[in-house]
Amino acid sequence: MTPRVVFPNKILPYLLVAPQLAITLVFFYWPASQALYQSMLKEDPFGLKSQFVWFANFAKVLSDPNYLNSIRVTAIFSVSTAAVSMIAALLLAVMADKVVRSRGLYRTLMIWPYAVAPAIAGMLWLFLFNPSIGSLAYLLRQMGIAWDPLLKGDQAMVLVVMAAAWKQISYNFLFFVAGLQAIPKTLIEAAAIDGAREMKRFWTIVFPLLAPTTFFLLVVNTVYAFFDTFGIIHAVTGGGPGKSTETLVYKVYNDGFVNLILGDSAAQSVILMIIVIALTAVQFRYVERKVHYG
Amino acid sequence: MADTVQATAPSRGHDKLMIGQSAVSIYTAHAILILGIVVVAFPIYYTFVASTHTLQTILRPPLPMLPGGHFIENYSEALFGGVGRIGGVPVSTLLWNTTIVAFGIAIGKIVISILSAYAIVFFRFPFRMFFFWLIFITLMLPVEVRILPTYKVMVDLGLIDTYTGLIVPLIASATATLLFRQFFLTIPGELVEAARVDGAGPYRFFKDILLPLSRTNIAALFVILFIYGWAQYLWPLLVTNRNDMNTIVIALKKMVSFADADTEWHLVMVTSMLAILPPILVVVFMQRWFVRGLVDTEK
Repeated sequence: MTPRVVFPNKILPYLLVAPQLAITLVFFYWPASQALYQSMLKEDPFGLKSQFVWFANFAKVLSDPNYLNSIRVTAIFSVSTAAVSMIAALLLAVMADKVVRSRGLYRTLMIWPYAVAPAIAGMLWLFLFNPSIGSLAYLLRQMGIAWDPLLKGDQAMVLVVMAAAWKQISYNFLFFVAGLQAIPKTLIEAAAIDGAREMKRFWTIVFPLLAPTTFFLLVVNTVYAFFDTFGIIHAVTGGGPGKSTETLVYKVYNDGFVNLILGDSAAQSVILMIIVIALTAVQFRYVERKVHYG
Repeated sequence: MADTVQATAPSRGHDKLMIGQSAVSIYTAHAILILGIVVVAFPIYYTFVASTHTLQTILRPPLPMLPGGHFIENYSEALFGGVGRIGGVPVSTLLWNTTIVAFGIAIGKIVISILSAYAIVFFRFPFRMFFFWLIFITLMLPVEVRILPTYKVMVDLGLIDTYTGLIVPLIASATATLLFRQFFLTIPGELVEAARVDGAGPYRFFKDILLPLSRTNIAALFVILFIYGWAQYLWPLLVTNRNDMNTIVIALKKMVSFADADTEWHLVMVTSMLAILPPILVVVFMQRWFVRGLVDTEK
């Protein structure tokens, strides 16, 4: 509902929106349109002349095995990150929902990793697990495991997933706790009186009623894993070893900014843009109405 | 069943048992929570411990589990002495840069969003909804999808290695504008009318009525945006070349090298702790606003 009462002013409203519009146009729309334009250009290596090639760059990018590899890496990375952090957070939230004593303390102690920057979260895990100084890496080696995430791709993936999931637990925890609090306790007690055991109560009552929260967190965690984890990848593995942790966002950065393959990088940017638009649409279409059960 | 206690029965400890809950399951819950917190806190504790030991101790894992005696030495060396690998820039400079950037982004975003939301809700003018959509769509254009062209704009405007370059491109925010718009829409028309009858113009109304009413929203948003600004990575990486313009997060990345043996790990650990501490303090001390802001911005 819009208030019907408004101020009758002709110029002032334009002045009020001007700062935001100026920044938006200069730093968002202009660069984004440049990315669109460049994605259809082919430049020679010296940047001297360029040729309009329509969708050739997209065709090239989408048939490039390296790009397909980074799609696969991104899929594995985001699914694992979302799964690990959401499962851990759900378990902890269910436990926190049971206890009354020191509930506030638990919450305080649980939420502060949210304040740690993703890149630093990656560093912290690297301190623990890097082969030269990490104490946990040392323990793993003592146990006879050949641990070296700097050389082994799958171990590098495990490391970045742990760091990314660790940072996200607090966020998911807060939302799960809120979701759990919204479930009427009488419902659960009724089931208990009917003889349903704890596990059964969880899977048949609590979990289905949490579905809207879970779905919302799934979208948010996917967005997080796609875009906000650039710092973790860049700081911890640099996309390596090989290309085993090169996610889509990291590849855009690497191809455009480090290797200077402009057309390819722009085409990748546009593909990413389409992914963001799809995710945002899903978020607004379904998540806005958080009450859709089932 | 013996272990089921009635809802009204006095509970062991202070935990009140619901129907169907057993004392054992409550103890298990506490145990799992404590374990969870230990796992969550361990990486930070470990880094703190490492930051109080000498380089030699850190280089010979496993690290002792208790802090060492080099706290003051390490912290003052990092803060004021300058770190070799990042061109001798002391960490205090980095903290200063990051503080300016985080405050700049948080305050900048709040100011321009509150102004544009004010215009969109309380005025009627041509292209109003068009402007609203222009702002809204920026949700779908994160830095990550327009890296190179945005960088080129920065070079053309001469904003590389400046605070303006670090702050301004990040302060356009659809989220904050949407949030303020949503809040303004809940303000009853009568209030606006009453203000106008009393002779208040748009400026008076904004300053004396709207701002005081928005205090809670502003505080909540500030916490979230401060953390957002502090954690920025890709953007500072692109627009800073000079070592003394780095944010602490970027500098930390530059300090670590696994290829060389000369990484000053004790200083790296100190820098990590100093990079983590300010946003954690903000979250812990402004917890109420933080939780509120988190829930609001995701709506």
